[in-house]
Amino acid sequence: MSDERKIRVLVAKPGLDGHDRGAKIIASAFRDAGFEVVYTGLHQTPEMIVNAAVQEDVDVVAMSVLSGAHMTLFPRVKSLLDEAGADHMLLTGGGIIPEDDVVELEQRGVGRLFGPGTSTLDAIAYVNEWFATTHAN
Amino acid sequence: MSTVEKDVLSRTDLEGLVDDRDQQIAELKARLAEWEESYDGIARRDVLFSTVSGREVKPLYTELDHASDDQSVGYPGMYPFTRGPYATMYRTRLWTMRQFAGFATAEETNERYKYLLAHGQTGLSVAFDFPTLMGYDSDHDRSLGEVGVCGVAISSLADMERLFEGIPLDQVSVSMTINGPAIILFCFYVAAAERQGVDVSVLRGTVQNDILKEYQAQHAWIYPPEPALRCIIDMFEWCSEHTPKYNPISISGYHIREAGATAAEELAFTLRNGFEYVERGIARGLDVDSFAPRLSFFFDVHNDFFEEIAKLRAARRIWARGMREKYGAKNPDSWRLRTHCQTAGVTLVAQQPENNIVRVAYQAMAAALGGTQSLHTNSMDETLALPTEKSVRIALRTQQVLAYESGVANTIDPLAGSHYVEALTDDIERDALALFEEIDEMGGVVPGIEQGWFQQEIANSAMRQQREVESAERVVVGVNHFTEGSGDIEIETLRIDPEVEERQVAKMADMRVGRDDAAVSATLTALTEACRADANVVPYILECARTYCTLFEIRAAMEEVFGSYKEPVFF
Repeated sequence: MSDERKIRVLVAKPGLDGHDRGAKIIASAFRDAGFEVVYTGLHQTPEMIVNAAVQEDVDVVAMSVLSGAHMTLFPRVKSLLDEAGADHMLLTGGGIIPEDDVVELEQRGVGRLFGPGTSTLDAIAYVNEWFATTHAN
Repeated sequence: MSTVEKDVLSRTDLEGLVDDRDQQIAELKARLAEWEESYDGIARRDVLFSTVSGREVKPLYTELDHASDDQSVGYPGMYPFTRGPYATMYRTRLWTMRQFAGFATAEETNERYKYLLAHGQTGLSVAFDFPTLMGYDSDHDRSLGEVGVCGVAISSLADMERLFEGIPLDQVSVSMTINGPAIILFCFYVAAAERQGVDVSVLRGTVQNDILKEYQAQHAWIYPPEPALRCIIDMFEWCSEHTPKYNPISISGYHIREAGATAAEELAFTLRNGFEYVERGIARGLDVDSFAPRLSFFFDVHNDFFEEIAKLRAARRIWARGMREKYGAKNPDSWRLRTHCQTAGVTLVAQQPENNIVRVAYQAMAAALGGTQSLHTNSMDETLALPTEKSVRIALRTQQVLAYESGVANTIDPLAGSHYVEALTDDIERDALALFEEIDEMGGVVPGIEQGWFQQEIANSAMRQQREVESAERVVVGVNHFTEGSGDIEIETLRIDPEVEERQVAKMADMRVGRDDAAVSATLTALTEACRADANVVPYILECARTYCTLFEIRAAMEEVFGSYKEPVFF
């Protein structure tokens, strides 16, 4: 049976950083691309994000981090997702994240991380491909 | 009756003048039509002829496009200040080159400040880390991973003392970018000056303290709008008596623009926020001229060169007219809009980051031609990380080349009388006034925030700009055009050692052990009572600061009465 259902995405702003331009743009773009989108609002703890992800039963958690705290926040959300039995969810995101950190986070099980100047189309294509691959049968 | 008639032109004279003017306009229109005909058959380039804010730009402007006269343009230093807030502008003093800096702990930032002062900088500008911006101590759970990362961590008077150790606060002006807990950090600063033995009445500097734009755009809030506004007016009142040279607010468009607003929205929201503070001050019973001269502004300088210049010129005119005509200010200093500017961080791109130096240079030139009083130029690597020392130096050198080599500082408002710049100044003013009406129809700024109107307008504008870039209609060099070489980013970036957080947390623990617990809890209780009693809270927070209450303790003592802000969530 082909999977006709909509891809469900949680767009999240972890930590204390209030820069939500990118989060709101990606949330709107995902919605326009046909995804079901939940946006957490600002200043979320990793626990709040994982609770929301589980409660909303999403496929993807997309975090926007511009505060430099990505090396704390991504691994924390990843391990809480795993603990909650939600390791099937894709944890991806974007922000101001140096290349070395991107590589390290990817090695630790985080999906692709997008930098400044990313086209929303690339992010949409990535999520679609991931979903098609992981939900192939 | 007859005495009046002597001073008035006769009807025939007047009709003659009108006829002459009609004749002139007809001639101008005829010449314009002739030019349009010659232009008509020629192909145009297939690009957007509009500003980044979406404002259509005509191929040619003439004197038919604007009504610049002495009433609206005038002279620098004279009402309505379109040509500049001061009579001699950069002939007397160049704009202040004020680079925003702060990272890691107070000690490390203190070293950087001493370095900057040793190299001739006369003003300091403090960047705080996110926990401080949100009113959390470095050892609070919510601060994990963010201590000292995006700025310096300041959790009590002890940190503030270390930040300015060996820097005499009666001799430097210090700008502090903080909003939600601004009143608390301001009190730490005043208490630090006291500890240095400085007479606080000589303190010069600025605290951003603009909460309205936090709800609209930047989002570092603590309390709901009404108690937050009360604290700001408490600051106006206290500062006008005790620190008369200190600016208790910097009404900021920067963050509104960075979040996605157009130039006209940035201008309108900022000035309307400014007028809101003025109304609140007057409602408190303060004489408008007792606090208005110390209100300062902060604007973004984005990519569209002429639109940004026009925006700054229009800002001064709208503010002057509003302050004099609507709010009845009598002191010319209350009419004079003084502003800091910063180049637009949002225009920096990660692809081919060296090109950002050029973007910053054009933006800096627009700020100077727009008549700014101080300027921060961004560093080329800020889309990637905190700037390195080298890239900060290039950013500062960009201002020095502009100031000393380009000639822009030689004469005042050199673009006045340009048909395009005057037309843009008029247009952007008209747009801002129309937005004022929309805001007033909603019942003012606070209802607009509560309905999410500002936030939605800004998000819509951001989305429109994003679409233009993604469709490649709006050219961004290195991003959607001229992308050869955009793949590899090889640039050195600054990193904050994770040990900074551990060291800061350890220092907090020492500080908590060394202080007088009874004094801490007594001053905090007194503060909560003052909040409840509607007293001016500044003296109470100052007492808390002196007994080494922490940022979060003070925040919490006020929160008991004030509650916390819940944002309307949408996208």
